[in-house]
Amino acid sequence: MKRAMYGKYGGQFVPEVLMPAITELEEAYERYKDDPEFLAELDYYMKEFAGRETPLYFAKNLSQKYGIKIYLKREDLVHGGAHKLNNTLGQALLAKYMGKERIIAETGAGQHGTATAMAATNMGFKSEVYMGAKDVIRQHMNVYRMELMGCKVHAVESGSKTLKDAINEALRDWVTNVENTHYLIGSVVGPHPYPMIVRDFQSVIGKEVKEQIMKKEGRYPGSIVACAGGGSNAMGIFHPFVDDKEVKLYPVEAGGKEMKTTEHEALHSASLCAGEEGVLQGAHTLILQDKYGQILESSSVSAGLDYSGVGPELAHLADIGRVIPCNVSDDEALEAFYELSRLEGIIPALESSHAVAYVMKMAKTGELGDLVVINLSGRGDKDLETVFRLKEEGKNMKENSKDNDEKEISP
Amino acid sequence: MRIADKFTELEKNKEKALIAYVCAGDPSADATVEIVHSLVRGGADIVELGLPFSDPVADGPTIQAASTRALKAGMNPDRYFEMAASIKENVPLVCMTYYNLIYKRGTEKFARDCAEAGITGIIVPDLPAEESDELRDVCKKNGVDLIFLITPVTKGPRMEDILNRTSGFVYIVSRLGVTGERVDVAESTKNILGHIHTDVPKAVGFGISNGKQAAEVIKTGADAVIVGSAFVNIIASDKNVNERIEKLASELKESCR
Repeated sequence: MKRAMYGKYGGQFVPEVLMPAITELEEAYERYKDDPEFLAELDYYMKEFAGRETPLYFAKNLSQKYGIKIYLKREDLVHGGAHKLNNTLGQALLAKYMGKERIIAETGAGQHGTATAMAATNMGFKSEVYMGAKDVIRQHMNVYRMELMGCKVHAVESGSKTLKDAINEALRDWVTNVENTHYLIGSVVGPHPYPMIVRDFQSVIGKEVKEQIMKKEGRYPGSIVACAGGGSNAMGIFHPFVDDKEVKLYPVEAGGKEMKTTEHEALHSASLCAGEEGVLQGAHTLILQDKYGQILESSSVSAGLDYSGVGPELAHLADIGRVIPCNVSDDEALEAFYELSRLEGIIPALESSHAVAYVMKMAKTGELGDLVVINLSGRGDKDLETVFRLKEEGKNMKENSKDNDEKEISP
Repeated sequence: MRIADKFTELEKNKEKALIAYVCAGDPSADATVEIVHSLVRGGADIVELGLPFSDPVADGPTIQAASTRALKAGMNPDRYFEMAASIKENVPLVCMTYYNLIYKRGTEKFARDCAEAGITGIIVPDLPAEESDELRDVCKKNGVDLIFLITPVTKGPRMEDILNRTSGFVYIVSRLGVTGERVDVAESTKNILGHIHTDVPKAVGFGISNGKQAAEVIKTGADAVIVGSAFVNIIASDKNVNERIEKLASELKESCR
C-alpha cells in the first residue's frame, strides 16, 4: 500500500504544477507534527484563542425524551462557532513554519472561510477565500465576518456555484501562486496529505471525548454520530475510536429533498450512501457522478454538507464496515434544529442538525446503544435566515394549498 | 497517424509543429469536425480534441466556458469517439481530458476506444506521473502515446521520471497558472527549456496566442507550439469561425517554418 492511500482510496490526482507543493507540505508536516515547539504553540492557540477544551455536555432533556443517554460534544462553542478552527489553526501554523506568505481557502457554509480568516489574520497572513456565489447569498453574514477580519472573499460564479466550484477556483489560484501560497483545505478531502493533516488536527475532538466520557460514564459510548459532507468533524471525532471496535460510528449525510438523481443533479449530498468510485479534486473516493463520470451537482439545505464527494478515508472506513453511513432528509434535519433549540436551549448548525436528527430517529430502535455521543460541530446562528425563510415558504405553501383546495384555482 | 511519424515528417521538411486545441462539441459535434478541417487547412500538424469535463481544474475561464457549452450541447465520451472516428485527416489526433472520465469508462476501454477512433495520444492534466502506471500500461498496449506535462516547478528526479514516461512529445507549461492567453511567454520558456534534456519533442503551451509569440517560442528551441484558448475564443465569438480559425492557424504555422 502506498502511503498516499487510505485502503484503495486517496492518492494525489493533481496537476503536475502542484506536485512539488504537495510534497513540500507532506515533508513539512512530517517534520513538525511531533516537534515540541510546534505542538506547544498549537496547544497555546487551541486553549487561548480557540477556547478548548470544549465541554462534553449531557443533554438531559433530549435524553429524557428519547430514552437513551445523549451527550453533545460542544464544538459549537469553539471560537467562530464551529470545529473548523481546530484545523485552520493547525494548518496556518504549519504554513508559518513553512515560510508561506499567503493563505487561500475554499468555503461552503462560510464556517471554514471564517475560521481561515481568524487563524490567518491572527498569525499575520494575507488571506483570500473562494466561496460559491450561491453560498455567498445564503450565508452572507459569514461573508461580512470574513471581510471584517481583512480577508478577501471571491464569489465563484462557475458550475453549481457551491463548494465544489469554490474548491476548483481555489485550486486554480494555487496553481498560479503555488510558490508563496498555502492552500488551507477545510475538510478531509483533496490530494494526500490533506485528508491526513485535516484529520489529525481535528482528532483533538475525539481525543477529548475519550477522556471526558470515561470521567463522566466510566465507559465508551455505544455509538458516536456526526454529520458528514467532506467529513472533517466526523473524522475528527471518529479517528481516535477507530480501533475501539465496540463503539459504532455513524457518519450522517445530507439526504436532501430525496435520495434520487436526475440527469445533471443529485437531490441529496450522500456520497457514502449513493456515490460511486471516481476521482475528484485530487482524490480517488466515492463521488456523485453520471454514467460518464461527469460530476453531479449535489443538494442540501445545509451549505456545509452540499458537496459531491467525501473524504477518501471515510470512504475506506465505510468499505470495510468500520463506519455505518446513513442519511437524513432536509425536513428531518430542520425538525432536529427546532427540537434541540426547544429542548436544550442550544441552536445547532443545520449541518450538525443532521446528526441530531439521526439520533432522534434511531434512539428507540436500540441500534445506537444506551449511550450516544453526537458531535455538535457548529452553532446555528448562521442558519437563522435560511430557517426563517423555509418556515415562511412552508407557511405560504400551506396557505396556498388551502386556497387551492377551497377555490380550485389551477396555477 | 502516430505523433512520432508526424515529427519525423516535419523534421525532414525542417519545420516545427503547430499543435492546436479545441474543445469537442463546442458548439456542436458537427461544427467541431468542420473546425478541425479548417485547422488542418491552415497548417495545424497535430490536433488536440478536448473531451469536456464538468470540473476542469487546470483550465482558465476560456476553456471552462467552452467545456460548459459543449456539455450543454450534449457532448459525451460515446459521441466524442464517434466524432473523432469521422475525422479523416492525415494528422495525429490527441485526446485531452480529465482522469475521472477515463477512470469511469475503464482505462483499458478508454485507450482501446482512442486507438479505434484514430486518436494516437492522450493528455490528462490531473494525472501526475505518480498515479499514471495503469493508464500508461494500457496506452502502450494500444499504441497510444501518454503525454506528460512539465512545469516551471518540476525539478530534479521528477523531471527525469516524467521525461522517461512521456511519449509522443512532452508538454511544457511555460509558466505557473491555468490555460489562457498571456502577454509574455518567451522569457519563461527560455528558462525552462534550458533545463530539459531529452530526445522527445518539446511542445510549449499555456499562453501562446499569435504568430509573434509562436516565433519567439520556436526561437528558444521548442519543437512545437500548442495553442488553445486563442482558437476557442474565435469559436466562442461565433463570427466567421472557420475562416478565422484557418487564418490564425496559418499565421501560427508560418512561425513554425
